[in-house]
Amino acid sequence: MIDSLTFLLAGTLAAATPLIFAAMGELVVEKSGVLNLSIEGLMATGAATGFVVATVTGSAVAGFTAAAFASMLLSFVFAALTLGFLANQVAAGLAVGILGLGTSVLIGKQYEGATIKPIANIDLGFLSDLPIIGKTLFGQDPMVYVGIASVVLITWVLNRTKLGLIIRAVGESPKAANSIGYPVILVRFCAIAFGGAMAGIGGAHLTLSYTPLWAEGLVAGRGWIVVALVVFGTWKAPRIALGAYLFGAVSLLELFVQGQGFAIPSQLMSAMPYIITIIILAIISRDARIIKLNHPASLGVPYTSGE
Amino acid sequence: MKPFQLVPRTQQSLAAQLLVPVVSIILTLVAGSVMFMLLGKSPPAAFYAFFIEPLTTRYGIGEVLLKMGPLLLIAQGLAIGFRAQVWNIGAEGQLLLGAIVSGAIALQFETSDSAWLLPSMVVGGTLAGAAWAAIAAWLRTSFNANEILVTFMLSSVALQLLYYLVSGPLRDPMGMSFPQSAMFGDAALFEPLVSGTRVNTSLYLALAVTIVAWIFVQRSIPGYKLLVSGLAPQAARYAGFSENRAVWLGLLIGGAAAGMAGVGEVAGPLGLLQRNISPGYGFAAIIVAFLGGLHPIGILFAAFFMALIYVGGDMSLVSVGLPNASTTIFQGMLLVFYLACYLFVNYRLQRRSKKQLISASSGREGSTQ
Repeated sequence: MIDSLTFLLAGTLAAATPLIFAAMGELVVEKSGVLNLSIEGLMATGAATGFVVATVTGSAVAGFTAAAFASMLLSFVFAALTLGFLANQVAAGLAVGILGLGTSVLIGKQYEGATIKPIANIDLGFLSDLPIIGKTLFGQDPMVYVGIASVVLITWVLNRTKLGLIIRAVGESPKAANSIGYPVILVRFCAIAFGGAMAGIGGAHLTLSYTPLWAEGLVAGRGWIVVALVVFGTWKAPRIALGAYLFGAVSLLELFVQGQGFAIPSQLMSAMPYIITIIILAIISRDARIIKLNHPASLGVPYTSGE
Repeated sequence: MKPFQLVPRTQQSLAAQLLVPVVSIILTLVAGSVMFMLLGKSPPAAFYAFFIEPLTTRYGIGEVLLKMGPLLLIAQGLAIGFRAQVWNIGAEGQLLLGAIVSGAIALQFETSDSAWLLPSMVVGGTLAGAAWAAIAAWLRTSFNANEILVTFMLSSVALQLLYYLVSGPLRDPMGMSFPQSAMFGDAALFEPLVSGTRVNTSLYLALAVTIVAWIFVQRSIPGYKLLVSGLAPQAARYAGFSENRAVWLGLLIGGAAAGMAGVGEVAGPLGLLQRNISPGYGFAAIIVAFLGGLHPIGILFAAFFMALIYVGGDMSLVSVGLPNASTTIFQGMLLVFYLACYLFVNYRLQRRSKKQLISASSGREGSTQ
């Protein structure tokens, strides 16, 4: 019983971490007024790049760094389309997403099905040995804590700093932001690049810690769940993180139920994260006022400076 | 000051609309050649294997037409929704539902030789696709839930449903526990169209839907209302066109077309239900719809080209050893270049007159003095 509980709680934090990284990135992008739907492809590219680089160099740090850079590079394509060529953001997100999925397969081609030694969990001596909470709170891999720190940092930056104010201003009213001298395009470009890097790190956490292997299609819709999480969390970082933990728990439940031999079709459990996403999305969106109040006003609208 | 500026077009340019897909295809081919080179393949050989070889044999042309059918069908349906800014990206799931329901009908009447079997499969599959999309329409109109996310999530759910059915209730009892159904009877299959190829009469369905789509888009009042709600939502509201109606119509049409495409797959080249039914037609059709300029005739050409990419990808995998990811990358590049070029449908480049340039630069000098 204690073992199962430890498995569920500790596993939830680990399973949620890829989602948290990608979702914090997407939150900043959306706060600046841009809807980036290419997260799935960005995460896949990060997952493959991180895995290959970590395998070749033997360094997880190198893996995460390379993943962040690779996905950031890919997000530049999205930035060019939406900011430079004023493309429809939904279509541009789909295009870059598909490109990213293809690129990930190409990058990971030689490593299909290969495994890697997962990054080590921290060991705080007796703290990590405490029953249940020891493994959950004091025995995770370092990136789990970096993920939590990123939630705190993003909350602080968006709400308490001048930079956050500028990002939000650009997302609410780019025209007004421009007229008081904020560089709308530059802010959005940096937000997209940041979002790309974070999605890459999230993807790399999947392959370097959570699974830990590379296989085509391994991101399995997580990129889309990330986009949904930002809506669930009504564009607030702590709530988004809470949503991510919920999904971590749901995906863990699948393994748990199979392990216990319950007579539930495994396919139903695999479909559960998507079904739950749909249900929560409907419940949260139902109150149009909440969405209207929190959703960045210019989200999805191309911006032209009009010289 | 830059010597050129972008000026919004005041009237539509047909030349720009026709040139954009052509230029984006050329750019994709150029970028593809660079990719071939990076992979250590000779671009001319890879290029030949990818884009020419499929069209040199009767079998190859048959394969292209075979894959063109579902792409054409789905893209026609999706384009109608896209024009109204209704984003159905879950056609893959709607296709699977069409396949599942028509497959279940075929298996239920396994021994039937009735001429009504295939038509009822087509109707059943089409309705099933529409019903799957209707979930998203209902959640959007009653709960304000974003249809992009819901349609995508539903396609993942549909895939699991298929996995469950072919490994459980619909599995072939004689099939040595392979996750697939029994073979359908002959009455449940489309007739071959040309001997020596796999292309079948379901292609007629896709062509018929193309004509219907053209009439709907160009000549009907509901089609016009949908277009207006996409181009000018405010105006549509003033004119009393309901947004909810547009969502319902856009999603139902897209779902129905995708469901019909699913019937074409199981009652065509597959002849049974199995785990792999579609190589991502539902997603590729999104690109087809855009590349075709969301226009029924443009989509016809775009579907042919996308089918060629599919077949070329398969063939070059064998003949020159190109990685199977090439198809996906080509698809992504195609849409990226299309969206970039599309800027020139709405804007034109205008050379600034000498006078403007001089006055701008002297203005700057003036301010620094």
